[in-house]
Amino acid sequence: MHRLPLSAAQAGDISTNPYKADFPLLAARDDLAFLDSAATAQRPRCVIDAQARFYETLNANALRGLYDLSVQATTAIGEARAKLARLIGARDRDEVVICRNTSEALNIVAGSFALDILREGDEVCVTAMEHHSNLIPWQQACRATGAKLTYLFPDENDVITAEEMDAKIGPSTRIVAAAHVSNVLGVENPIADMARRVHEHGGYLVVDGAQSVPHMDIDVAALECDFFAFSAHKAFGPFGIGVLWGRRSLLESSSPFLTGGEMIESVTFEDAAWAGIPEKFEAGTQDAAGIHAAGVAVDYLESVGMQAVQAREAALMRACIETLDALDFVSIVGPSDPDARHGVVSFNVDGIHPHDVASILDMQGVAIRAGYHCAEPLLTWLGTGACCRASLAFYNDESDIAALGRGLETVWRTFNG
Amino acid sequence: MASIYTAALMQHHAHPDYKYDMEDATHAREGVNPSCGDRLTLSLRIEDGTVEEAAFSGSGCAVSQASADIMADLITGESVDEARRLCRLFIAMVRGESLSDDDFEDLDEAAQLESIARMPARVKCAELAWRTLETLLDETDDAS
Repeated sequence: MHRLPLSAAQAGDISTNPYKADFPLLAARDDLAFLDSAATAQRPRCVIDAQARFYETLNANALRGLYDLSVQATTAIGEARAKLARLIGARDRDEVVICRNTSEALNIVAGSFALDILREGDEVCVTAMEHHSNLIPWQQACRATGAKLTYLFPDENDVITAEEMDAKIGPSTRIVAAAHVSNVLGVENPIADMARRVHEHGGYLVVDGAQSVPHMDIDVAALECDFFAFSAHKAFGPFGIGVLWGRRSLLESSSPFLTGGEMIESVTFEDAAWAGIPEKFEAGTQDAAGIHAAGVAVDYLESVGMQAVQAREAALMRACIETLDALDFVSIVGPSDPDARHGVVSFNVDGIHPHDVASILDMQGVAIRAGYHCAEPLLTWLGTGACCRASLAFYNDESDIAALGRGLETVWRTFNG
Repeated sequence: MASIYTAALMQHHAHPDYKYDMEDATHAREGVNPSCGDRLTLSLRIEDGTVEEAAFSGSGCAVSQASADIMADLITGESVDEARRLCRLFIAMVRGESLSDDDFEDLDEAAQLESIARMPARVKCAELAWRTLETLLDETDDAS
């Protein structure tokens, strides 16, 4: 399923939906306004079919088999790896380690590279808006090494300022770990500015790209980061496929994270020598069908075109924030400027718990997320507590936003007569 | 989907009778709903094996707050053993196990939360006060 990219003007017309038919679940569910793509996206038919086609035509264990089918499976993984590399602007496909999800990718960095370099008294600096995936691995790494965990806090405009970075990133900072886009506030963090600062002090930058990859062109070279992690399932690919990109020299010098089959060069009764990258970080049999389908998801996203994606999501975000702003019992968490938000809008309804909001919206066919969004420290610090979150993708249209607005009015009436 | 947001539930949520800080509690315990982080503190005054007074504090969704209020009303004046039995009945009910007509009758107003069993995402909300009660009573066997 390849399509020619629509112009930005065509894609930005949210009164029509040229994409919905590509997504079997959405096409079959006219009753559903799916506004939870930040949790997991829907998959286009081509991705779903690719997974089945792998099993029907290419299925064999990759890497080790000497027969043609195994070689084909190996080739399919290599091609998908090259596509995933292309998606984030990586020129060297061996720098792309394939694992299960963003959490695992970040655990690889925190559990191998970081343990190798951190010493007592070093600092690891994360933002206060990290998903638990990019927080708890660092808490653990600091606990194991005696390093100290420090935090970059956003200002009243939800921006991590130059002053804050200058104050927190210094000679002791060995690692800065930051979300490219916050899964609660929706803001894009100043990754390249962080990179410049931490590199000045000889440290490294780790980026959680889970919420940015589906919404913007990524170029790891321009971001100047050292590691970049994301999940296929938030970018229209299958569950269970995560990517860790890392600089070749850093991946090569790191200890492996998981050990076992496929990740060795040679083994004796006493010892083992590691395979080269990326295999060193890919112990055990991989989900080859999923990896193949993840590559097809990259093809699909490219055929939609990031320009069209961004034009459409900008229009959807404007409509969503206008709708929420028009309801005087709704307050937005984070910036209300649509241009400052990428994919997610968090909000609360006065006096009504987010779980009640989500349940009553669900009764009307509107799917949103409610709770702490795996960012409990941020929401505690903001004083917000749990909140509601609507998240968007290019397959949404104005009817989804309208359903959210109508649904919230029903929520209000249910509690306030 | 039938709404669980009935007039009775909304009434308990908006005007709880048992939501206050108890001065002379003999037992207290905090419960946490892992799905949303909501916390509730349950306080009991147990005398001679009887729950003489029950109250709760904390914040949460309408389901968890109303369920706590209904529970406090139900167990006030009951023996510790009966409170434990009612607690087990309620948890079985919201987890979808079938109860006898007598059991439903014993649960009184709490039986109205039966339909929560069809909303798996919200069972933890309805259970919060009851799981807290169960733990509190298990921890304090000497309470009876």
